[in-house]
Amino acid sequence: MATLENTASGPLLTADGTPLKVSLARSLRRSKLRGALLVLPALLFLIIIFVVPIAQLLSRSVDDTLVNRALPRTFVAFESWDRQSLPAEAMFEAIFLDITTGEKYTIGKATTRMNYEKPGWRSLIKKSGRKFKKKIKGPPYRDAMIKIDKRWGDVTFWQTLGAMKDPQTLGYFLNAVDRQYDANKHVIMKEKERRVYVMLWWRTFLLSLIVTVGCLAMAYPVAHLLATLPLRYSNLLMICVLMPFWTSLLVRIVAWMVMLQNNGVINSTLVWSGILDDENRLPMMYNFTGTVIVMIQILLPFMILPIYSVMKTIPPSYMRAAQNLGAPPSLAFLKVYFPQTLPGVGAGVILVFIVAIGYYITPELVGGKDGQLIGNMIAYHMQKSLNWGLAAAMGTLLLAAILLLYWVYDRIVGIDNMRMN
Amino acid sequence: MSSGTTETDNYVRFDAVQKSYDGESLVIKDLNLDVQRGEFLTLLGPSGSGKTTCLMMLAGFEPATHGEIYLDGRPINAVPPHRRGIGMVFQNYALFPHMTVNENLAFPLQVRRINKNEIESRVKRALEMVRLSEFGARRPGQLSGGQQQRVAVARALVFDPKLVLMDEPLGALDKQLREQMQYEIKHIHDNLEVTVVYVTHDQSEALTMSNRICVFNEGIIEQLASPTDLYERPNNAFVAQFIGENNTLPGQVTSVNGNHCQVQTDGGATVEALKVNVNASGDRTTLSLRPERVEVNPEPGKFPNVFDARVEELIYLGDHIRTRASVCGQTDFIVKIPNASEHAVLQAGDSVKFGWSAEDCRALDVYQGA
Repeated sequence: MATLENTASGPLLTADGTPLKVSLARSLRRSKLRGALLVLPALLFLIIIFVVPIAQLLSRSVDDTLVNRALPRTFVAFESWDRQSLPAEAMFEAIFLDITTGEKYTIGKATTRMNYEKPGWRSLIKKSGRKFKKKIKGPPYRDAMIKIDKRWGDVTFWQTLGAMKDPQTLGYFLNAVDRQYDANKHVIMKEKERRVYVMLWWRTFLLSLIVTVGCLAMAYPVAHLLATLPLRYSNLLMICVLMPFWTSLLVRIVAWMVMLQNNGVINSTLVWSGILDDENRLPMMYNFTGTVIVMIQILLPFMILPIYSVMKTIPPSYMRAAQNLGAPPSLAFLKVYFPQTLPGVGAGVILVFIVAIGYYITPELVGGKDGQLIGNMIAYHMQKSLNWGLAAAMGTLLLAAILLLYWVYDRIVGIDNMRMN
Repeated sequence: MSSGTTETDNYVRFDAVQKSYDGESLVIKDLNLDVQRGEFLTLLGPSGSGKTTCLMMLAGFEPATHGEIYLDGRPINAVPPHRRGIGMVFQNYALFPHMTVNENLAFPLQVRRINKNEIESRVKRALEMVRLSEFGARRPGQLSGGQQQRVAVARALVFDPKLVLMDEPLGALDKQLREQMQYEIKHIHDNLEVTVVYVTHDQSEALTMSNRICVFNEGIIEQLASPTDLYERPNNAFVAQFIGENNTLPGQVTSVNGNHCQVQTDGGATVEALKVNVNASGDRTTLSLRPERVEVNPEPGKFPNVFDARVEELIYLGDHIRTRASVCGQTDFIVKIPNASEHAVLQAGDSVKFGWSAEDCRALDVYQGA
């Protein structure tokens, strides 16, 4: 510690002349290394199990090389086409060769993709694949092809190739919001009867909002009770709050089905007591209402716990002080107690909203037709229609929406103020 | 234990107040207490003695189980806390952490719907009073403990309450700061003519600041008196033991003679003492004697009580020397020898004579405590 004066000539030096910062880093290196080693397994696990697959899937949302790989010659010929009139012989020849010489599997996958752009592509190429080799022995191809299927003479089919030309596409994203490219790569709305996703997005946001507000309204008083009751009562209440966590999600949802369905406990009780007619049973299951009710119940602990953990740290003396200074209890609550619980409220709101917006199981089981959310659509495209590009695009949009919310929250409240349990 | 002053001077009155939290035991047992206008009254007692409960009942946060509390002649049992207009400094200050110092001070004025300019000037004045004018824009978390304490005092006074309650306000401060704040609070009290009811378990704090001290123990008032009376003329063994340092000699009264009595200590000596809490010969008693009232090697005939003593231990404390000695069969007899010029120089093992007057040696009730 001999040379610790900060002279104008240079940085601080230790006794042997090495700069202080270097010595400090050296002395801490071992412990830092040891700390890094300890978190290494978790880090690797996260990267392999979480980061890589998600990145891979997200990249699928823009990947559009399927058709390029299946129809290489066609896209070369496409460059010299005016995109207005029917293509010339060269382009017919190119696509003929692509279809007849290409690998069946590659072409099959590509036709699925082409069908998203214009329904009919798949059947057209399938049919052509069967008949081209039998019926067309050599050039010229154009008229022969149109003879086999007159859709080859329809210029709109050819035009859709323009949307599939680039190896990257925003098509899946456009699709996820009910839009598509026209022949000249302008973004247009889909036909009316094929618009579904925008409505789904709105429904998802609306439902998440209702669930969040409902959770907040119910969680706040419960959290306050939890934080202020004597220990033996609050412990009991805490067990009641946590019980749902320990019960299987499916069991809970099925229990709600028993309660809410048309012939369920609630409706039967209302009919039995004469409040409802037998014909006018309340529809509370397999619809939007059912999804809201069940999701509020399932997500309630996510709201209670962060609020509780903040309330627990607020000593009762603040409320007393506010009242002592002349504020009636309601005003004391509003001006002194509530603002101090905001970090917990913020954490709970953002947690519940984020979980709700991507929720899948509950809407799947109790949502019926008008309780389906975007999460269900993602699952559908992953598992049933196998349109992974669209599923990835929807997932990316969902992730972006969440990050955006997070950013907004950070700007308004500040993430440092948020306290998770 | 009424103080015997006229009704008009009493600003706060506890009338036969009892308090129980669980319905099984009484925390406050039949409290009768008058606080005079402009007085600085301290409730002093060990923890659990009921002093804070008293304060909470006065502030309105705890209802009295029985009895009535009067503020300025009006019963206030049914008045909610926010209508009582009593200022209070809490144990941990309870400054609102999400508001700045200015906002904290403005809060009681805003809820009273005072106009903006008036609020501004009163907040400014209150901050000047506690010498924190530059700190108005800070949050409580950015202030030191002593500064927070001063803000709490300013907030309790900014709306001009006639009565201010303080619940161990200096408990969280270090010793030096605590002593400084004691004087500051005392000066504020003298300047503003408010009535202060102050709760503490620190007896030196109580002695420094109060006009009167009310010593609590297990829900009853042991003694209510001025600091001087309390220290020099304790009424019972608990007060003598609780306030200041004290030598106790247990014994039995052998004869009573007017104000004085003779006591045979359990160590076998006969001591001449002031009769305080004993009635007749044969009563058990505890003699109480302050360590600084004992003289070493007194002139013969000066005191009625002179005994042989053996010095056991000396502890040097700067301003005085604490001497432990064996006297009358008691080995933990403490004498404070002031470090004045020409004071007696003792060594451990010396044989000396200790002497004290009968007035300084008070025959009290039998001490029950530890």
